[in-house]
Amino acid sequence: MNSILLSAIWGIVMMFSGVFTQSKSAIRYTAILGLILLLLVTCMDLGGCRVDINVHKMLYFDTFGMLGNSIAFASTLIYVLLSGRDMEKVGHNLAEYFALVFFILCGLSIVTSFNTLLMLFLGIEIMSIPLYILTGSDKRNLKSNEASLKYFLMGSFSTGLMLLGIALLYGASSTGTFFIDDLWAGKTSSEPLFMAGILLMLVSMGFKVSAAPFHFWTPDAYDGAPTVFTSFMATVVKVSIFVGFVRLFDEGFGASKEKWQLFVALVTAATLFIGNITAVFQQSVKRMLAYSSIAQAGFMLLSLMALNQVSKEGILLYAGAYSLATIGIFAILIRMKDYTFEGFNGLAKQQPVLAATCTIFLLSLAGIPLTGGFFAKYYMLSSVVATGHYLWLVIFAVLCAAVSVYYYFRVIQAMYFKDGDGSTEEQPSAGFKGLLVFVAALILLLGIFPQTLLDLLSKIVYIY
Amino acid sequence: MSIALFCIGVAGVLTRRNAIIIFMCIELMLNAVNLLLVAFSKMHYHALAATNPNAGIDGQLFVFFIMVVAAAEVSVGLAIIVMMYRNTHSIDVNFLNRLKH
Repeated sequence: MNSILLSAIWGIVMMFSGVFTQSKSAIRYTAILGLILLLLVTCMDLGGCRVDINVHKMLYFDTFGMLGNSIAFASTLIYVLLSGRDMEKVGHNLAEYFALVFFILCGLSIVTSFNTLLMLFLGIEIMSIPLYILTGSDKRNLKSNEASLKYFLMGSFSTGLMLLGIALLYGASSTGTFFIDDLWAGKTSSEPLFMAGILLMLVSMGFKVSAAPFHFWTPDAYDGAPTVFTSFMATVVKVSIFVGFVRLFDEGFGASKEKWQLFVALVTAATLFIGNITAVFQQSVKRMLAYSSIAQAGFMLLSLMALNQVSKEGILLYAGAYSLATIGIFAILIRMKDYTFEGFNGLAKQQPVLAATCTIFLLSLAGIPLTGGFFAKYYMLSSVVATGHYLWLVIFAVLCAAVSVYYYFRVIQAMYFKDGDGSTEEQPSAGFKGLLVFVAALILLLGIFPQTLLDLLSKIVYIY
Repeated sequence: MSIALFCIGVAGVLTRRNAIIIFMCIELMLNAVNLLLVAFSKMHYHALAATNPNAGIDGQLFVFFIMVVAAAEVSVGLAIIVMMYRNTHSIDVNFLNRLKH
């Protein structure tokens, strides 16, 4: 509850900060302050110290959702610290961009704590509508316009599908309710109406997390959007929708798992395959990262298959590792002159720190041991193995991870083993480098002690 | 009937090339859902009215939320279309292939 209230209020504060001050750094510091506060109140929330408002059970706050929130807020904080300066280059409305970011955070804290389909719908819309605007924020750039229009049309189309799904589930429920716990109540066999509802929800949530075959908007929207906002869309927003996705299917449809599991398995396999294979053929690193985010979504979908304790812990770990690494890579990518693979040629000689941290981020995304990405992937796979079914999917996922090594290593190879004048637009500041090293250290820490993140957070719960 | 309306909307989105018509088709889909929700609400009311006089009220509440969100979406969507029109002087979505390569 705390985080929903604070992020909504801070969004308005940010809007007004643009009126009262012209100083860009003042606006940025206000945003950073807001994010730190947001992180603090989420920790307080975890400890049970929260503003109590009677929401008629429409929202339900559990540790899973709140841990998801705190990971999202922490990665947003790192994101703003790393790339806040680059937001200024997009346009003149810096304060409004930050306001929209805070409204998105408000939406995502609703998505991670919904208890009725109504709240799920509202949360997803509160997230999506500011995102359409952020995608198109580079108003003069035709690519940005195009990305924004495509994203908007596909996004609202999938909203329509989701609403039809919700309406069908409502019609199928025996008591006429939107509460996700009661949807299955009083049913023994699956009715066609109920199944159609579940499938439509799967399709529309698949759209939002860019799972194949509903991923067509992703490369275009990610490529066309200003790179700073692509970074935000691909990480914070995506993983939070995943938290909501897992929550919906666990609590709402968990009882009818056998019926829909096959569909999820097919979607997962398609996502892994298309994401990884298409990423291999890309020439631009930004577009490659868009496809790699589809491939990573495939891995996160594995947790939806398993729906056990391991998978819930795993998705949080994955969310942390994936967000940190991707935010780091994008922060470096924004500074590059040239977004193609050739643009990275010889970066190691010019900017050794950037190249080294970038290597760690890429290794983590590829899932090489000693990085956070390895254990995240390991948790996902072992959660599916624990269910005892769908072993073919696990083998397939491992093969796809092997393919992914190829395109991540292409960047590393370009940086270290090729000669060229790959360089950044301007000399990165010492603070930026320091922060990158810190993020890389966090990823290594996650890789060496994978329980650290989860333990640390559960300790906070224990202290309160 | 609402399913039919919805299908018209989906078909429109998939086949038309004019951004505004696609947009109207999406609105059509949302309104089809509204109709469906009201119908289901009525159905639940008839089934459960004896035990619970408020049965089915949730569905009607949902309709209002859909209307509000649809209005918000329209405002953002039209703004995006206007922005694109200013730059390209066209609202044909076939124009949108610059990102393909």
